[in-house]
Amino acid sequence: MTSVKSLLAKPWIWSFIGALLVWLATIAFTGGYGAGGMVTAALSLAVFTVIVGVGQMFVITLGPGNVDLSLPANIGLASAVAMKVMDGNDSMIAVGLLAALACGAAIGAANYLLIWALRIPPIIATLSASFIIQSIDISYGRGLQIKPPPGFADFANWQILGIPVLAILTVLFTIGAAIALQRMIYGRSVLAIGQNIRAAWLAGVNVGRIRFLTYTLSGALGGIDGALLAGYFRGANVDIGNEYLLASIAVVVIGGTSVAGGKANVPGVWGAALFLVLLLTMLNTFGVSAGVRLLLTGLIIVGVITAAGGQKAPR
Amino acid sequence: MRPEMTAASLDTAARTSAERGALARARLLRGLLPALSLALVLLAIAWLNPRAISYFGFSLMLNLAIPIALATIAQMFVIAGNELDLSIGTFVGFVGCVTATWLKDAPLIGAVILLGSIGVYALLGALIHLRNLPSIVVTLGMSFVWQGLAILVLPKPGGKAPDWLLGLMAFKPPFIPFPIIAALLIGLIVHFGLMRTSYGVILRGSGGNPAALGRAGWSLLKTKIVLFALAGLFGVLSGMALIGITTSADANIGNGYTLLAIAGVILGGGEFVGGRVSPIGAVIGALTLALAASPLLTFMHIPPDWQVAANGAILIIVLAARVLISRKER
Repeated sequence: MTSVKSLLAKPWIWSFIGALLVWLATIAFTGGYGAGGMVTAALSLAVFTVIVGVGQMFVITLGPGNVDLSLPANIGLASAVAMKVMDGNDSMIAVGLLAALACGAAIGAANYLLIWALRIPPIIATLSASFIIQSIDISYGRGLQIKPPPGFADFANWQILGIPVLAILTVLFTIGAAIALQRMIYGRSVLAIGQNIRAAWLAGVNVGRIRFLTYTLSGALGGIDGALLAGYFRGANVDIGNEYLLASIAVVVIGGTSVAGGKANVPGVWGAALFLVLLLTMLNTFGVSAGVRLLLTGLIIVGVITAAGGQKAPR
Repeated sequence: MRPEMTAASLDTAARTSAERGALARARLLRGLLPALSLALVLLAIAWLNPRAISYFGFSLMLNLAIPIALATIAQMFVIAGNELDLSIGTFVGFVGCVTATWLKDAPLIGAVILLGSIGVYALLGALIHLRNLPSIVVTLGMSFVWQGLAILVLPKPGGKAPDWLLGLMAFKPPFIPFPIIAALLIGLIVHFGLMRTSYGVILRGSGGNPAALGRAGWSLLKTKIVLFALAGLFGVLSGMALIGITTSADANIGNGYTLLAIAGVILGGGEFVGGRVSPIGAVIGALTLALAASPLLTFMHIPPDWQVAANGAILIIVLAARVLISRKER
């Protein structure tokens, strides 16, 4: 009984309960048909949100005002870079992935450079950066119609017993992220900065370096996400990352991470990503129109955040 | 002992007054920065294409300046209360769709819908305050809601603006193009309301020091509701002005306005925290962005691919200039 109680006290459990409820509602509607396929599809799509969500989570945990708005542009550019470097060639997969990673990391580093050199709020820095990245992407990716190498597309869609391999790898990655957050100096420093940047600095945390690392990490994850998306959807395009601006912030907050910073939650990112993907699946299964689907998605996000409530701590 | 101390304190007094003069100069420079950046963009345009500096050129370049300025003012009210509205763009799109359909076909119902949507904004302000919610997430969710409603109202691009609105937006005053007059009017009215009335001070104070304001007996719930309702009102005006110019609507018509509006407020000297905003600055910021994104850039050897980047570059340059000035202010 106590174990159930302590489980319910975890902030991330609610996003999983929500995902489960949505899944049950959908299979009740279909009469049990396609229950397993739905989980497979949800896992493969949630992966992309989880990867950028973890990056966004580290950034948001740095404290109020820290958010990476350049992720969609970053994903778009990295997907084009990956496809161009791989050039449909199986032997270039690793090089292409590295190129996407480097491209994303460079964007993240540039973001922090703007924040640090101009001392502007991260929202505006990443926003200005995203305008410029978007232009580079439009110019660079114009008419780009390179298919991913067959080996890479197969890898991105590879399943073992109905479980996407990418999802298994992402679970391993998130376990690593959770360990980094709770057990490593880097993660503890991020949490400390989010709780009180001045106290963290006085305690000897190298604030500048940790913030630089965090924005670079978020950028790198956006880059790798772009490459994987291009593999999964068999091609890059400028708009491929558009939905991940809202999604990355939404999964972080629904997953129980504090927007005020200093409190992060890795499992919640998975729960929230599954919840959002299954929610879309449910609304599609119910056969509602695009307008109603958007309307309900929005209302449910507002409803969830209202139910979860804000932080009592002063901002 | 005593005279010495007096002399010393006199000395510090003299120095602080000199410092205060430098501080005032830096502050003045900072206040002028939005206008300077607008002048710089204008100079660049005049240099690249002298014919653009004319009645016709400005009417064309500033075509969309009125809706952008109104959306920027809407965002400014939200930022004044230390919040951020990520839904203003899709809200402008929703208003546009209602304007091009209901407001033309059934003006009364259309007006009720638009007033109701301002009410929704006021309720959001109350919700955010009462439950202490992060406004970024709430408005993120609302951006889906407005977009969904816009698609339900107008599934396919189309509709038509009411004739009176078309007539109003096509107004051609002598000598000075309408967008400039309208922008001036918007800036001055909001400046008077927010910077020169006592309740305007309270509204800004709710962003500057909410705790002090609350202890002084002012209702923070009420200030948040008023700020959000004002944002809703200016969002409605922005959507209507936009449809008056484009003549028909599309559910995605306002999507770019969310980020443009935030950029406009910041360009205009506003800050994210502390209730430091400037209505006239915000309007100037919006004009600068409208010019930077204007179709005329195409004729100025800036390929369309790089027009979005021009906006980003202007933001970065202005903010860099502000850092240089702020360093003096310190």
